[in-house]
Amino acid sequence: METKKAIISVNNLVKKYDDFVAVQGLSFEVYENEIFGLLGPNGAGKTTTLEIIETLRDKTSGEIIVDGFSVDKQAQDIKQIIGVQLQAAGYYPNLNLIELIELFAGLYGANIKPMEMLEKVNLQDKAKAKYKALSGGQKQRFSIATTLINQPKIIFLDEPTTGLDPQARRNLWDLIIEIRNAGTTVVITTHYMDEAEQLCDRVAFVERGQIIALDTPDNLIDQLVSSGFERKKEVKKANLEDVFINLTGQEWRE
Amino acid sequence: MKKYNNIKATLALAKASFRSIMRSPSAVVFTLAFPLIFILVFGFLGGGGTHIDVGVTPGSDVNNPVMGMLEKTGMIRLVKDKSKADFDKLLEKGNVDAMIDVHRKVNSAAYSVNVVYTSASRDKGGILKSVLNNIFYDKTLKPTVAEIKESTITGREYKTIDFILPGQLGFSLLSTGVFGTAFVFLSLRQTLVIKRFFATPVRRSSIVIGEGIARIGFALIGALFIILIGHFFFGFTLVHGAATVVNMLILATMGVIVFMGFGFIISGIAKNESMVPPISNIITLPQFLLSGTFFSIEAFPSWLQPISRALPLTYLNDAMRKVAFEGVGLWDVKFQIMILLLWGIGIYAVAVKVFKWE
Repeated sequence: METKKAIISVNNLVKKYDDFVAVQGLSFEVYENEIFGLLGPNGAGKTTTLEIIETLRDKTSGEIIVDGFSVDKQAQDIKQIIGVQLQAAGYYPNLNLIELIELFAGLYGANIKPMEMLEKVNLQDKAKAKYKALSGGQKQRFSIATTLINQPKIIFLDEPTTGLDPQARRNLWDLIIEIRNAGTTVVITTHYMDEAEQLCDRVAFVERGQIIALDTPDNLIDQLVSSGFERKKEVKKANLEDVFINLTGQEWRE
Repeated sequence: MKKYNNIKATLALAKASFRSIMRSPSAVVFTLAFPLIFILVFGFLGGGGTHIDVGVTPGSDVNNPVMGMLEKTGMIRLVKDKSKADFDKLLEKGNVDAMIDVHRKVNSAAYSVNVVYTSASRDKGGILKSVLNNIFYDKTLKPTVAEIKESTITGREYKTIDFILPGQLGFSLLSTGVFGTAFVFLSLRQTLVIKRFFATPVRRSSIVIGEGIARIGFALIGALFIILIGHFFFGFTLVHGAATVVNMLILATMGVIVFMGFGFIISGIAKNESMVPPISNIITLPQFLLSGTFFSIEAFPSWLQPISRALPLTYLNDAMRKVAFEGVGLWDVKFQIMILLLWGIGIYAVAVKVFKWE
């Protein structure tokens, strides 16, 4: 992260529903080619913020620039350079994975080979399978494949690892890191802190529609430690998940 | 940046939707299986017009030319192997339309035929009378009925299939348009498929048009299939052959576009998938029953006819029958087309108001 050029800048974003303020004055920047995490409890406004940046939802006020395009006037331009994975989104019924990729290629106006897209997420064996027939981890990998079709500059992943087993989760982390290494900026939401710590270059904590902390995971931990915080239990060199992975193996179960 | 191609996106959606429809059992059942079953049933039931059940009196001679000729007409079914008591009951209820008893006359080559009619089935008895009269010159049966036979045969033969098929076709288009569209848009909305589409540069109009192209394409393939099966297997009349088929398909397109409007409205009103069938039935069932799908609306009581004449399917059925059987051109059914068009404008005006994307 030497260059630190902002690819997304959110300035004083506010979103009000009828009698409820979901987002109140959020400001942050996402740098080019980083994995940026939005963390926070359910209902904190993470998804709302993401969907406003993705041009799927109107904002009440504030300013958002995505790679030089304004969400107000250039939503179409933004859609062409982003890839979006929605929380719990389904896919067109009765189609197999290849056909779904073809559909999205048409929607994005992209010329791609569907099989190559599936290879990127290691689903080439499932080319003729229906989305519904996939396992949780496979579904998420397929969703990520659909975000890559238009060779986006930024992809948004909304809780991609929720509900996955440890192997599938680690496997997905590897995929996300690969995508970042290929030059794509990744914005991700999660409520798993171990995930954020391993995966994210920088994280923002969102609470009641406001950012309460924003830094690298390391710095945030150091700050807490220097304030005199100590874990009640002595930290061991491994945790239970390490035991799980060690016992059941690293390979995918799909 | 490469210019975004809306047509390509629309066609990609049409292709995806068409594939999906072809693999959806309910779409195939409603569009093809249902109408074909009705056509099959009515095609066989009514292929030669009416059937007359004639009981053969126990003890009657069966190997005689009279019965052979009766069976050859294809209209008369001889019922044998029942007791006298059974036949009396059937005759009383009209389940058997008449009884026949044939005996060779003593010391003669001639047969004596004894026919008993029932007041429970006067009309069929009348037909039998004329059939017998036609094939068998017996002085005792000849008078009074000879003229009736001649006066009933007029013009081109209007078969049951000529009435039933356009009605079934109309119903098929109605169900495809209403159920299919309502289910698809509701489920795409609920499973966030549409939301995911919105994250791509695709236009809303492309989503609607792409879906429409697929549905119209599917409906037309279904219509063509129904027309061809009707024509080749059940003798459905196509006065000008292929030209008539093309005209029917043009009418079918108009019909399905109008009916899809109902589907858009339902997908907007329904809160979940289980609400789709009841609301759809409110729209389709009255039209199924009252729009002349099975019976001519002239057969309805006069207070019901204005309701029939208000429904769009009535006009589609009417136009289809005129085009197929009378062989008129589309311009000659402009009145029916105009009413359909008015319905279309009204339906889509409502659809625009109630349709929900999210």
